[in-house]
Amino acid sequence: MSVYPTSINRPRIVRIQRIREENPKVKTFIFQDKHCAEAKPGQFVMVWIPGIDEIPMSLSSINPDGLSSITVADVGEATRSLHQGKVGDVLGIRGPYGNSFALASGKAMIVGGGTGLAPLLPLAKSLTKLSAKTHFLAGAKTRDELFFLERIKKAVSKVEFTTEDESYGVKGLVTDLAEQILKKEKFNMIYACGPEKMMLRMLLLAEQYNTPFQASLERYVRCGIGICGSCCVGEYRVCKDGPVFSDKQLGKARSEFGLFKREADGSRVSF
Amino acid sequence: MSSRLATEIAGLKLKNPTMLAAGILGLSGSFLRRIAEAGAGAVVTKSVGLKPRVGYPNPTVAQVDCGLLNAMGLPSPGIHNFGEEIKEAKKGGVPIIVSIYGFSPEDFAEVARVAVKEGADALELNISCPHVEKTGSEIGQNPRLVAEVVREIKNKVDKPVFVKLTPNVADIALLAETAVKAGADAITAINTVRAMTIDIETTRPLLANRIGGLSGPAIKPIAVRCVYEIHRRVDAPVVGCGGATTWQDAVEFMLAGASAVQIGTAVAIEGLDIFKSVAGGIQAYLKKMGFGSVKEIVGLSHQH
Repeated sequence: MSVYPTSINRPRIVRIQRIREENPKVKTFIFQDKHCAEAKPGQFVMVWIPGIDEIPMSLSSINPDGLSSITVADVGEATRSLHQGKVGDVLGIRGPYGNSFALASGKAMIVGGGTGLAPLLPLAKSLTKLSAKTHFLAGAKTRDELFFLERIKKAVSKVEFTTEDESYGVKGLVTDLAEQILKKEKFNMIYACGPEKMMLRMLLLAEQYNTPFQASLERYVRCGIGICGSCCVGEYRVCKDGPVFSDKQLGKARSEFGLFKREADGSRVSF
Repeated sequence: MSSRLATEIAGLKLKNPTMLAAGILGLSGSFLRRIAEAGAGAVVTKSVGLKPRVGYPNPTVAQVDCGLLNAMGLPSPGIHNFGEEIKEAKKGGVPIIVSIYGFSPEDFAEVARVAVKEGADALELNISCPHVEKTGSEIGQNPRLVAEVVREIKNKVDKPVFVKLTPNVADIALLAETAVKAGADAITAINTVRAMTIDIETTRPLLANRIGGLSGPAIKPIAVRCVYEIHRRVDAPVVGCGGATTWQDAVEFMLAGASAVQIGTAVAIEGLDIFKSVAGGIQAYLKKMGFGSVKEIVGLSHQH
C-alpha cells in the first residue's frame, strides 16, 4: 500500500512528439501525458532529462486530448541538453505541481516578460473561455526574444507588445506601458509572470491602482512537493504554496520578493 | 497547549514534544519561523557545513511506496552565510537547533562555534547522512571518529549537543553510548536508511547520486527499534525520528524511549498543521490514559 500519490510523484516516461522553435533561444516541446491534460494554468511539472538533471517548467499548453507542452529558454546545462534533443527523445514528467492562477471574470490585464510568457498563454485562453475581457501586454528587450505572438493574438481581444529597442511594438518597458493603461482604465485583476523585478514593479502598480494582483514566481526547485525548502520565498514555498502568489502574499514576502533568490547551495543572490 | 505537553531535553524547554526534523524546509529562516508558528516545539535546520556546497544535481528526491528517497548531497550556504537565517528563525519563539556537518572534527568544531555565535540554541551533529563521502555516516559508523567529533565540539561550545545517528550499523546503541561518553547531551535516532530506486523504462537509477536515504512510514518500525535499543543502553535523552506521521506514531516513539519526536517527510503529505495535530493527539492520549505529563510515558514500554 502506498500512502503517497505515487502516480503523480514518480516520473512518467514520455516521448517528445514535436518540437517548435519559438525564437533563436526558445523551443517548445510537446508530449502526451494524462495528468498534464488535467492541469490548470500556472501549474508546473518537474522534467527529468535522464542522466542530466530534473528541472521545474510551467506548462505552456494544456489540452484535454492529452497533448501538453513546456516552453524552454536555453539558459543552462539542463536546458541546453533539452534544446539539443529531438523528436522521440525520452523525458520523465512528474506533477503537475503547485497551485494555479485564480481565474477572475471581468477585465483582466496580463503582463508577461521573457519566458514568463509560457504559463500566461494557457491563462489567457482560460480567461477568454470565461468571457473575461483580457488585455495582454508582452515585453522583451528585442523582437527576437518575443514568442507566442500569433497565439496570444488569437487567444485574447487586445494585445500590445513592447521592446526596449523598438524592434517590435511600443518602445520601452512593459511595466511603463502597463502604468499608462492603468492610469486610464480599471481592471478586475492583473496577472504577471517574468523577471522578478518586473513583477515587483507590477505589484507596486497594482497596489497604487488598487487592483488585485497575482504573479507566478520561479525559484531553484528540488523536491517539487514542499519538503526540501530549496524554493522558499519568505514564508512560502514556490513549489507548494505557489508558484502563483497573490498581492497579499507577496506583500508578506517583501523582505525577499524582487530582492534576492536562493541558489542551489541556499546562498542568497540579488536580482 | 496545556502544560501536560511541556517537556525539557538537554536543557531546552519545549512547549510540546514535536520538532521539525533536519533537512526538511530548513534553509530559509523565514520558513523555519513559519514552522515554529505552526506549532512545532523546536525546529532543526537543514545541515550546514563550513563552506558553501551545491549538493547533487536533480533528481535529488524520488518517491517510493511508503516513503521518500533523497540524495541532496548536503547543499548548504556554509555557516558563515547562515547567520541571517538563524536570526530570522529565532523570531518563531522556539528553540533553534542547527544541524551541522563537517569533513573532520576540526571542521565540525568550527561550524559549531560559528552556529552558536549566530544564535543556535543547540546543535545536532549530522554524522549519519548516508550518501556523501567522507562525512555523515562514514563518521557515524566509526566509534573512534564519533568520540573525536563530539569531544572536539564539546570543547568549543557550551550549548547542548544532539548527535543524530545512522541506522546503517550493526549496533546503534553502541554508537549512542560512545557519543554520550564523549559528552553528547542527547541522541537523535534515526537518519535515513540507505536505499535506491530504479526507473524500469529507462533502466536508470532515478536519483542522480544513484543511492540515497529512505525516509517516511517505511522506516518507522526500524526507528522505533533503534530508539528502544538506545534508551535501554544510555541515560541521555533520545529524540525519535523516522516516519512519524500521526500522534499515535509519536506516542509509540515515546513509549520506546523518545523524549521528543521529530517530523520530516510527513510534512509533505500532511502539511504544516501536522505539528498541531500530533501535539493535540498526544495531549488527548495523556488525558485519556491519566498521565499528568508527557514525560511520564517516555520509555514506558521498557517495563514489560
